[in-house]
Amino acid sequence: MTSDEAFKQFLLRMGDNTLILGHRVSEWCGHAPVLEEDIALANTALDLIGQTQMWLALAGEVDGGKSADDLAYLRDAWDFRNVLLVEVPNGDFGRTIMRQFLFDAWHSIMLGRLIKSSDDRVAAIAAKASKEVAYHLERSSDTVVGLGDGTDESHARMQAALDYLWPYVGEMFACDAVDEQMAAAAIAPDPADLRDEYDALVGKVLTEATLTIPDNRFAHKGGRDGRMHTEHLGHLLTQMQWLQRAYPGASW
Amino acid sequence: MAATRVPGGQLVGDMVRASTDQIWSWLDAVPDPEIPVISVVDLGIVRDVRWDAETLKVTVTPTYSGCPATSVISMDIETALRDRGIDDVRIETSIAPAWTTDWLSEKGRARLEEFGIAPPQPAGGPDRCPHCGSGAVEKVSQFGSTPCKAHWRCTDCLEPFDYFKCI
Repeated sequence: MTSDEAFKQFLLRMGDNTLILGHRVSEWCGHAPVLEEDIALANTALDLIGQTQMWLALAGEVDGGKSADDLAYLRDAWDFRNVLLVEVPNGDFGRTIMRQFLFDAWHSIMLGRLIKSSDDRVAAIAAKASKEVAYHLERSSDTVVGLGDGTDESHARMQAALDYLWPYVGEMFACDAVDEQMAAAAIAPDPADLRDEYDALVGKVLTEATLTIPDNRFAHKGGRDGRMHTEHLGHLLTQMQWLQRAYPGASW
Repeated sequence: MAATRVPGGQLVGDMVRASTDQIWSWLDAVPDPEIPVISVVDLGIVRDVRWDAETLKVTVTPTYSGCPATSVISMDIETALRDRGIDDVRIETSIAPAWTTDWLSEKGRARLEEFGIAPPQPAGGPDRCPHCGSGAVEKVSQFGSTPCKAHWRCTDCLEPFDYFKCI
């Protein structure tokens, strides 16, 4: 793999994570349990889509002059490089918030490292995004604690969400040839190096939320290398991409 | 092309080029589309104004990466400058250094509070209610009507208000 190809893969992983999660979260718009949560989810989605524009614009530049829109709307499921965690369906509000928390915790640690990237463009995007993600994490942590340590029903739903989502956590720390090249060039950290900090952060919040982390470290994989996405991604893309598929090149 | 006389202008060829000080003051009259009581200069998103031959380059730093107002702001800046007779404008977007609420002007902070939006505080929350001045305030939601604001309320006058988040 050339260094440009590895760099592109890394950028797609960052941009596809924020794109797919941003789209998933935006599905709540107009449906959240209370108005404040509706607004908060929509704003989180907006931040994530904004970050996507920066990551995918850079990926497109490395990929010979494609635009962020080309990459978002004109690729098929097997070309996406997001982790499986972000493509799983929203489920109930509790599962959406738990997914957000599990992602935000990783995202904030990752961006903190990327601020020191040897690539100035990566460092600039990370510096911008990390300010927004600090708020995402604060909110999702607070909400996980509020619901986990809440009523019997909210506690049960949050524990069920954690049990369902935990097997998707491990993929965020998987390491392959792309990661090795990025780490060697000091562009990005080895994902495995983030795990201790992640476990400490997530453990602290989940303990406060009176939730129990499943014992099992089994991890579903196949998203960030594109080998095998869940069937959910294709369904998501039919919604997200339909306009460009039905009316290629349409703009307004 | 007929020369336009501009106060403080500098004669270049047969054209009078407005000084950058003059342009900064024009831009200070361009309102933020979401919070029209403050200008795009007050908000600190106009980072640089400079002439490159006959082209005026304006560097803009977006507040939040997904802020939908960013493209409207660029359009408003262009329109305002065209109205002043500057046709050759290039808006350049720069994300580094990242925008920070430290760049809000004092004038901007005062205007925000008059308008009922608590200005950002390093402590991470408003120090007083922008309506009655009471310090008895509580957070309702981390996110308000736009990504840059959180939703708070005063437990004395009972009015809700927006707080401009510190980033």
